[in-house]
Amino acid sequence: MKLHLRVWRQRRPDAAGAFADYDLDDVSPEMSFLEMLDVLNERLTLGGEEPIAFDHDCREGICGSCSLMINGTAHGPNRGTATCQLHMRTFADGDTLRIEPWRSAAFPVLRDLIVDRGAFDGIIQAGGFVSVNTGSAVEANLIPIGKPEADLAMDAAACIGCGACVAQCPNGAAQLFTAAKVSQLAILPQGRPERARRVLGMVRAMEESFGACSNFAQCEAVCPKSISIGFIARMNGEFLRAALAQPAAD
Amino acid sequence: MTLESKVPAGPLTEKWSRHKFELKLVNPANKRRFEVIIVGSGLAGGAAAATLAEAGYNVKCFCYQDSPRRAHSIAAQGGINASKNYQNDGDSVFRLFYDTVKGGDFRSREANVYRLAEVSEAIIDQCVAQGVPFAREYGGQLDNRSFGGAQVSRTFYARGQTGQQLLLGAYQALERQIAKGKVRMYPRTEMLDLVVHDERARGIVTRDMVSGKIESHTADAVVLATGGYVNVFFLSTNAKGCNGTAIWRAYRRGAYFANPCYTQIHPTCIPVHGDYQSKLTLMSESLRNDGRIWVPTAAGDARRPEEVPESERDYFLERKYPAFGNLVPRDIASRAAKEVCDEGRGVAHGGLGVYLDFEDAIRRLGVETIRDRYGNLFEMYERITGDDPYRTAMKIYPAPHYSMGGLWVDYDLMSTIPGLYVIGEANFSDHGANRLGASALMQGLADGYFVLPYTIGDYLSRHMGEGPLPTDHAAFGHVESEVRGRIEKLLSVGGARTVDDFHRELGRLCWDYCGMSRERGGLAKALEEIPRLRESFWRDVKVTGAGEELNQALEKAGRVADFMELAELMCRDALEREESCGTHFRKEFQTAEGEARRNDEDFTHVAAWEFTGDGNAPRRHVEELEFENVVPSQRSYK
Repeated sequence: MKLHLRVWRQRRPDAAGAFADYDLDDVSPEMSFLEMLDVLNERLTLGGEEPIAFDHDCREGICGSCSLMINGTAHGPNRGTATCQLHMRTFADGDTLRIEPWRSAAFPVLRDLIVDRGAFDGIIQAGGFVSVNTGSAVEANLIPIGKPEADLAMDAAACIGCGACVAQCPNGAAQLFTAAKVSQLAILPQGRPERARRVLGMVRAMEESFGACSNFAQCEAVCPKSISIGFIARMNGEFLRAALAQPAAD
Repeated sequence: MTLESKVPAGPLTEKWSRHKFELKLVNPANKRRFEVIIVGSGLAGGAAAATLAEAGYNVKCFCYQDSPRRAHSIAAQGGINASKNYQNDGDSVFRLFYDTVKGGDFRSREANVYRLAEVSEAIIDQCVAQGVPFAREYGGQLDNRSFGGAQVSRTFYARGQTGQQLLLGAYQALERQIAKGKVRMYPRTEMLDLVVHDERARGIVTRDMVSGKIESHTADAVVLATGGYVNVFFLSTNAKGCNGTAIWRAYRRGAYFANPCYTQIHPTCIPVHGDYQSKLTLMSESLRNDGRIWVPTAAGDARRPEEVPESERDYFLERKYPAFGNLVPRDIASRAAKEVCDEGRGVAHGGLGVYLDFEDAIRRLGVETIRDRYGNLFEMYERITGDDPYRTAMKIYPAPHYSMGGLWVDYDLMSTIPGLYVIGEANFSDHGANRLGASALMQGLADGYFVLPYTIGDYLSRHMGEGPLPTDHAAFGHVESEVRGRIEKLLSVGGARTVDDFHRELGRLCWDYCGMSRERGGLAKALEEIPRLRESFWRDVKVTGAGEELNQALEKAGRVADFMELAELMCRDALEREESCGTHFRKEFQTAEGEARRNDEDFTHVAAWEFTGDGNAPRRHVEELEFENVVPSQRSYK
């Protein structure tokens, strides 16, 4: 396959970036998208140019490192698929691919296609956990959890924290990411004692860095784990209940 | 120096509880006076960082990823073992201990393995309390599945994402401590060397992977939780960033490296499909619960799998090992697959693959049950290969997956450098010559949650009031300048070959001569060729860019440079171990049926290697293994 690539190149966080054009004429349809970039990078290196920097690690769609906008869509055209699991057979010979980093004020570009997603860790720090110290747990089967609840919690917990939801959202909102963790821990009995404090804290942290949600639902469409926006509704319910129970100051 | 395992005296079942009582404690008010460095934020490192911080210690935690949530533990699919005996099928601490020692082909320390089995139950309790959404039965109880090397169901799982869910549990506990200010997290920061002074580990030198800044960090103790080294093979199931640099640098500073030749080849991975291939993808071992492994009886059969009649299929694992069938341990399954491919009966690209077939399981259980159990794995397979496993058999082939070898540690998980602890896959401690499925998660969390937090206090309490070595001390300056010199050297070679090109060649050498089967001649050849390749690397590698910026080529180059040295030690260890055991299969040492033949008389020991300087042969030390509670036997899964 022959492909024409337009790739965002940016040397430093404070430097101006621009698109650079590359032609590839030996792309195999069996390659993964990142392997295609590997091949380009080998060529660039041998030609004395610096390779394109991009985040990647497990290449199995689970670590959440990879983060590319491909022709304007986070993780490219295939539903429920992270960039690293996207294969070149998805594209046609002669295609032009525009490859950009996540675009969001909350995710500043560090170099080329790499962004800083530290704001996500900040949301988890604001309450995305159960406060249970090592050693203080009770017997695992003491609290039964119905299979439907466990399955629903797992649906939410599948989030890989890649940031596609934010990147695709016209508002740069992080509702889907936040709601996934809020929901997982609200559904499970272990998370209930802190549920009010958790949702208030996490939503506050989220709103400090990210935009507001206005139900575009593009997050769900690009989520590599197909996490449902139903969890956002659940989070809003959690938030409302917690906020109404709070003293006026909150 | 003699290797003292420090295994406590007394009966096996009481060793750990007695030892916990004998370990010196640090009182809560004093814990906050100590600083501990933890390198790595996977299951072992993340769990240790959170637990030490909860106890009151000040922790600095480092990871190369942009967030601790991305460590490669996240990719573990199938599950985690624990001897809960919820299935009422005869499981017990002793049975889990026995299965693990046997699975490791009697090359692990009894006392360590028993402790691992003992704490396995508390791990499940802890993870459930954190909100890990394990699979449940309709009655609300935890569900279990079976894994290789066991005849009981003791594996707890969260769909095919168990590692992810356990890691996120540890990560959330860690983030909680970061928010409290008890842990300082350093993401995108890579440890490039260890600082040893007065024969004690005092800190590390790191590179900030965004700014390129070289920095020193000091502490009262250093913990390495940096994972395994099978990326030495280039193609493996490990994440692209997984590397051996931290443990290798520690080895060069005096930590002994134990059993480097014990590398696990996982039987169920997606076969190689081309030269540009960057990694291999694992399909969970849990698939072997219901999938049947076979190849055509005739060599060169080019029909599609569904066209091959039952009478022309060889279910070779079921045939050779009727008792365990498709659930034999990984080393045995991998070797059997290689054997049928060597006979020309392989089925994928280059004849290097076997079928993993769900046709019978779908007929027996229905598509919905199979989808429920393995749906996400089937989807992943289809995404990568374009084939739908509900309709056609999967193709699989073995791939490097895990290293049982690692830095030598005593019962307290301390290396031969006082104050340097090694936990998780980075150490050698619990799996002997082969690791059973669903035991890596168990060991990582056991070390991080329940072992290290006790044992490290004993060391720290002996250094009360001394305080960390200041980073302006000459010991730090010296190491920093070595690190800078190395980076400058890599950047200044200006050769004609890329880092990946060298890495690929190294990987091929390791796979050909030190992979699934090994023999004297091949290993000797590898020991000639690896130094030659290493020399050519330092003469001809091309690393673009500068040191003081985000530079992925430079990161890779440093790691590959270390793999070039580690590979040699791995082959040397494989050559010296003149027996077959577990995953280490030497062609010269096999039974008439082609099974591994151990040499218990000469090799019932751990080989621990000491660095003696560049250009010198490393020194081999031995820790004898004593079996008081199990009798080493020829492993039989027939």
